[in-house]
Amino acid sequence: MNLPATRHSILEAVRSDDAEVRRDGYGAMVAVYWKPVYKYVRLRWRIAADEAQDTTQEFFARAIEKSFFESYDASKARFRTFLRLCLDRFIANERKASARMKRGGGQIVVPLDFQSAEGELLQHDVALPPDLDEYFHREWIRSLCALAVDDLRREYEAAGKRRQFRVFERYDLEAPAGGIALTYTDVAAECDVSPADVTNYLFAARRAFRRALLERLRSVCGTSREFEAEARQLLRGGLR
Amino acid sequence: MTWLSDAAVERLRDVADFPVPPARYEMLEPLARGGMGTVYRARDRELDRVVAMKVLSATSAREDLPLRMQQEARILAALEHPGIVPVYDVGTLDDGRIFYVMKLVQGPRLDEHAADRPLAERLRLFTRICEPVAFAHARGVVHRDLKPANVMIGAFGEVLVLDWGVAQTISDCGAATMDARPTVAGTAGYMPPEQARGDAVDARADVFALGGILHFLLTGAPPDAAPLQGPRAVQAICRKARADAPADRYADVPSLVGDVDRFLAGDSVSALDEGALDRIARVVRRNRVAIAIVVTYLMLRYLIAWLAP
Repeated sequence: MNLPATRHSILEAVRSDDAEVRRDGYGAMVAVYWKPVYKYVRLRWRIAADEAQDTTQEFFARAIEKSFFESYDASKARFRTFLRLCLDRFIANERKASARMKRGGGQIVVPLDFQSAEGELLQHDVALPPDLDEYFHREWIRSLCALAVDDLRREYEAAGKRRQFRVFERYDLEAPAGGIALTYTDVAAECDVSPADVTNYLFAARRAFRRALLERLRSVCGTSREFEAEARQLLRGGLR
Repeated sequence: MTWLSDAAVERLRDVADFPVPPARYEMLEPLARGGMGTVYRARDRELDRVVAMKVLSATSAREDLPLRMQQEARILAALEHPGIVPVYDVGTLDDGRIFYVMKLVQGPRLDEHAADRPLAERLRLFTRICEPVAFAHARGVVHRDLKPANVMIGAFGEVLVLDWGVAQTISDCGAATMDARPTVAGTAGYMPPEQARGDAVDARADVFALGGILHFLLTGAPPDAAPLQGPRAVQAICRKARADAPADRYADVPSLVGDVDRFLAGDSVSALDEGALDRIARVVRRNRVAIAIVVTYLMLRYLIAWLAP
């Protein structure tokens, strides 16, 4: 069928015997989850920005060192639920012990752009969201979409299709000025292409985005069933 | 990583799933979403008519699903019955998703239909729901997802059984030929135990679901959400249809309908072993007009005799 099968499953990668594959797997996992984790730590646990950054880094570093994620059982829960429970347990244990382990030499430090995450957080009301499950899910979707957009951008730039990507970016990603929706004619004029080109570029870019998004999603799901269930929630045919 | 606003995320989620149909069709707007896919309003440019296009979800890991879905669509296209929505076309989108094009039908679903109708009217409605199901069974097709939300009541009272997306053909030995996937097919409360287990199913799986619909018509609530109500005979019919073991259910839909018809005619039903009181009560109910006339006559005679000098 039309299923993306190219991206290696992160969950398989982190269980690999090959250290390089394992490291890449953890890198990919951190890329998807670090922002939801950071924002969740800030809001759910009311931890200040500096400490939340440490906590986020420590959580992933400890998860990698102690192989938290290798014990994941796909028959019991979705991976994102499992990860969030690991995170809650990690923070609760840290607090109980009142002896936070400081990162030291030899530990894995993941470079994360916390400034951008903090900036995103400030765009919203920092009050505690009523449903933290829903909040974590929403932030996880935001991460997946953002990574898929980055994948698409790289793919288009490699193929010399900057203008095509710009049309997609302008029409589908950027908020319309003054809340007035852009027309294809507006975008055509801005990007110096014809309205028919806009139609064609959007058609192709949306298909490519869909593929990239499903690839990203598949890579973070433990089983086909989990992937199907997550995708049904993620893609909803324009229905609210 | 690119920063995406809430609006951009929502838009991306929409555009990632919105189908691009073949040139013959113009997509209009989404109408409903089910477990298997999304139904859109679409325009057939060649015949200049508005149709319903069901686009199946693109997320199944089953590689053979497209072929099976096409086979099912062909089976459904052969089911020409006024109670079954006709399939006009089936095909594959550029991105590999399967779609059906169907007649666009509109009206309330059974679960939105007014429940405060007389019992006899609800039971007659039930037998009309059974008709297309029995028709499909006679042609070797089991619906497997019958429930009030999949029954539409048309503007002129016509009954349509919808959503045959998980229907299966029945082999000569009586069991469904395509493997059942409980995660995809069926709805809790209406799904028989054998289907929930992923075992092969036959027409009696639909009998079980029809029992659930009868429960809904009697109580206004799904099975397991409210105790059965109504005359004992109808409750017995419902319980027999919903028996856990297929062998304890009605063997087929006509047998179930036969019992409902017998109840409506005031006869005994096979699902209830009547005692003497039940039989007397039923005979009284059945002949209540004649009995009322005789009683009135006797009372008048007695009154006249009493008043006479």
